[in-house]
Amino acid sequence: MNTMSSTRINQVQAPEEKVMPVTVEKPENTVMEEGVTVGTPFADDAKFKLRNVEVFYGDSPAIKNISLDIARNEVIAFIGPSGCGKSTFLRCLNRMNDSIDACRVKGQLLLDGHDIYDAKRDVVELRARVGMVFQKPNPFPKSIYDNVAYGPRIHGLANRKSELDDIVENSLRKAGLWNEVKDRLDAMATGMSGGQQQRLCIARAIAVSPEVVLMDEPCSALDPIATAKVEELIAELSESFTIVIVTHSMQQAARVSHRTAYFHLGHLVEVNETSKVFTTPEHQLTESYISGRFG
Amino acid sequence: MVPNKDDVYGDHISNRFNDELLALKTRFLKMGGLVEAQIDSALQALIEGNGELAEEIRSNDRLVDRMEMDIDEEAMLIIARRQPTARDLRLVISVIRMVADLERVGDEAKKIARFAIKLTEEGQAPQGYAEVRNIGAHVMGMIHDSLDAFARLDSEQALRVMKEDKRVDEEYQSAARSLLTFMMEDTRNITHCMSVMWVLRALERVGDHACNIAENVIFMVKGEDVRHTPMEEAERIVGR
Repeated sequence: MNTMSSTRINQVQAPEEKVMPVTVEKPENTVMEEGVTVGTPFADDAKFKLRNVEVFYGDSPAIKNISLDIARNEVIAFIGPSGCGKSTFLRCLNRMNDSIDACRVKGQLLLDGHDIYDAKRDVVELRARVGMVFQKPNPFPKSIYDNVAYGPRIHGLANRKSELDDIVENSLRKAGLWNEVKDRLDAMATGMSGGQQQRLCIARAIAVSPEVVLMDEPCSALDPIATAKVEELIAELSESFTIVIVTHSMQQAARVSHRTAYFHLGHLVEVNETSKVFTTPEHQLTESYISGRFG
Repeated sequence: MVPNKDDVYGDHISNRFNDELLALKTRFLKMGGLVEAQIDSALQALIEGNGELAEEIRSNDRLVDRMEMDIDEEAMLIIARRQPTARDLRLVISVIRMVADLERVGDEAKKIARFAIKLTEEGQAPQGYAEVRNIGAHVMGMIHDSLDAFARLDSEQALRVMKEDKRVDEEYQSAARSLLTFMMEDTRNITHCMSVMWVLRALERVGDHACNIAENVIFMVKGEDVRHTPMEEAERIVGR
């Protein structure tokens, strides 16, 4: 390029000067109000109907007046910074919080129209219907077979050995583990790799034919390949189960869920279609969190 | 580069992410500046019959192409490294789209430069140049305004650019009619007038690209896709 053209170009552009302070166009919702959730927190075909839920640890509130529907066969992801209450809220759904003495749950929590916290409710039966997979794989120190067969046995789901065999095989197949373990069902589960152990825990959770599977950061201890397998599994399981997943990985929420719920300091700030949350969130806090502006 | 914390793309936890987005934005504007200069020079070369300047534009086009590839690569790396979401994602996607438009504007400038050389060599009376000047100024303004709307995230200005496009189309139709008249008056004018017609056509396309850039600015700012959308709908989205 000769001198003439470069002078001309420099005269016309001056691009640095164009980057001036701008009128900031951010989502309009900036206020966080108790009991107010933007987006679509309610669903027509609700498996869980949760209204004005509050959870306290002693006197301090961990969940502040949250109302949400979880639809049948949907995958809903709970995201939010550490300590925002998403795991606490998840544990309300099958009364895992009961084991914490200082924890009190208020509000209405209905599973298929029936109160989860009804005094007459059989908690063991509830947890069979609403299974759970934890952050760290926690297989029993038993064989692979016995890990999966444990639940069906104590719930009396199989009358004969062959029935139990079928349940074990089906569950392992659904968890995408059958081909890897079919020849060593008697081997100790603790000898498996982390990813296999986690899928075994999923197989164990679905062996009792639950209606809902709660997953509390199920992939945080797994490598990318095991994570991909679990995510694949979530997509397949959603055909028969309702899945609620707590995750710290935003990309995971974007990949696996239909709806995403954003929690912040005990509030449920926004619930929307996942595609909307990750492209055009309605609440500014959601946008700031998912785009890495705080967390 | 020191990221401005007040900038809507400069307030991430990761400062390197801030730097990358700001660099992308700045590079895009730099390319915009170059393309604007290319069109401006092309029109000048045509009207003044400056063949040397026209040659320069043709060689500068390689620079425009290079910038397109660099910006595309940078945007791709941001997606791979950062998995941008929300407004960051919309910025990166829009830049990828708009950079293609800028490159096409660069091509139109090159095309005009080619006709400038041809017309200078033919050395005929400058019939139709008033129309070229008129439409040229109009679409230059549109390109400038669309880049300005991008820099300031001004969706209202972007909407104004979109509206201008219709006027350019009308001006193009009317200029084409007068050139047709020249051709009918004297068939010896046909070659010259056809060349001018191609220049007008190139300018009209520049207007279309400015309009595309404006649509992408609205997408960046408002999060709604206004391509292939009636103007009333675009107005409603911007006015919200």
